[in-house]
Amino acid sequence: MATLSVSRAQCGGFSFENCKRNAVLEADATKLGYAVPAARKTGTTICGIVFKDGIILGADTRATEGMIVADKNCSKIHYIAPNIYCCGAGTAADTEMTTQIISSNLELHALSTGRLPRVATANRMLKQMLFRYQGHIGAALVLGGVDCVGPRLYCIYPHGSTDDLPYVTMGSGSLAAMAVFESRYKINMELDEAKKLVRDAIAGGIFNDLGSGSNIDLCVITKGNVDYIRPHDEANKKGVRTGDYKYKKGTTAVLTTLVTPLHLETVGEHIQTMDTS
Amino acid sequence: MNTRGLRSQLKDSVPVAGVGSYVSYGVQDTLRTGFTSVKNEILPGHPLELSEKNFQVNQEKMTLATVRNIQGLHAPLKLQMEFRAARQIQRLPFLTSSNLALDTLRGSDESIGFEDVLNDPAQSEMMGEPHMMMEYQLGLL
Repeated sequence: MATLSVSRAQCGGFSFENCKRNAVLEADATKLGYAVPAARKTGTTICGIVFKDGIILGADTRATEGMIVADKNCSKIHYIAPNIYCCGAGTAADTEMTTQIISSNLELHALSTGRLPRVATANRMLKQMLFRYQGHIGAALVLGGVDCVGPRLYCIYPHGSTDDLPYVTMGSGSLAAMAVFESRYKINMELDEAKKLVRDAIAGGIFNDLGSGSNIDLCVITKGNVDYIRPHDEANKKGVRTGDYKYKKGTTAVLTTLVTPLHLETVGEHIQTMDTS
Repeated sequence: MNTRGLRSQLKDSVPVAGVGSYVSYGVQDTLRTGFTSVKNEILPGHPLELSEKNFQVNQEKMTLATVRNIQGLHAPLKLQMEFRAARQIQRLPFLTSSNLALDTLRGSDESIGFEDVLNDPAQSEMMGEPHMMMEYQLGLL
């Protein structure tokens, strides 16, 4: 163990030791023509609406790494509390870790207060954390849930601003999804109508945006019940091959056969027991 | 005994990037931090570096200021008295401590953040030099 001459003990959290070194490396890499590896983003369409009995959250399922699809069926609707779920767009790792940390914090808070957690609490915790990191944590979230005051839906931007709205969309396909919402949203819709609307909005994002694709996941939250439908709609099924290139035995005529048996002699046998302690 | 000399207090509020790597002879450690330049000394490597370093301190200051405005002067005085009492019975700086009393006073025993997930000090590969840390704490450095 090397002794480092520090005057204070190391504390946990983010460490910025390598930032200067990374900046130098990035500058050198671009000079040599190499690209710095891109973080896995979700480049997404996520949306949420408030309907008569609660909240419906919808998301696509594609995760991209630059121009390549990294995950064809990733789950973007994260659990926060039994009555609160959160869709995440932006850098995949950031949304995962942020929602997990807030979920843990909310659980501790609920144990301390003895009540079912409120969506406004989760919203405030998220916005305070994201503002602290000034947008460097790239997590754009759609937070929705049903608590004691009714259904609530928030959209949270990476820099920490939030909006409390009846219908929200986030991600690269948000404009396509918002177009569908703006033309067809009504207050107090029925469940089936609302599910169809969310499905169409996400489909709008999937078919018109390169960063979104694959299937549509839905999460219906009502008072006392959560219905996590994954997948709700497989909008992009992988094609089935119509032809087969396997040839039956005997398709080609056999001219000659030559069989050479290999004789192997057993020289010795040695048993070594596996150390399974 | 927890007297802090003025110099160590200044370092807390005005962090200087290159100070941590000085070996006792005062020469920059090129192996660890690379070549020196004026820009490297003054500017932090990342925009969040300074704000993160001072985050706990600033949060405490804000809490005490808010509490002073709402409840009066006695409230921050009592809180600070409790903080100092908890710090007085702490271990020497280079020994690992669970910080149970301080955590409870701050309320961070009921919350989890990146400081609990990332960079766990218990897994740190480097050891603080005992003499140096004691001298810093006593303000003799």
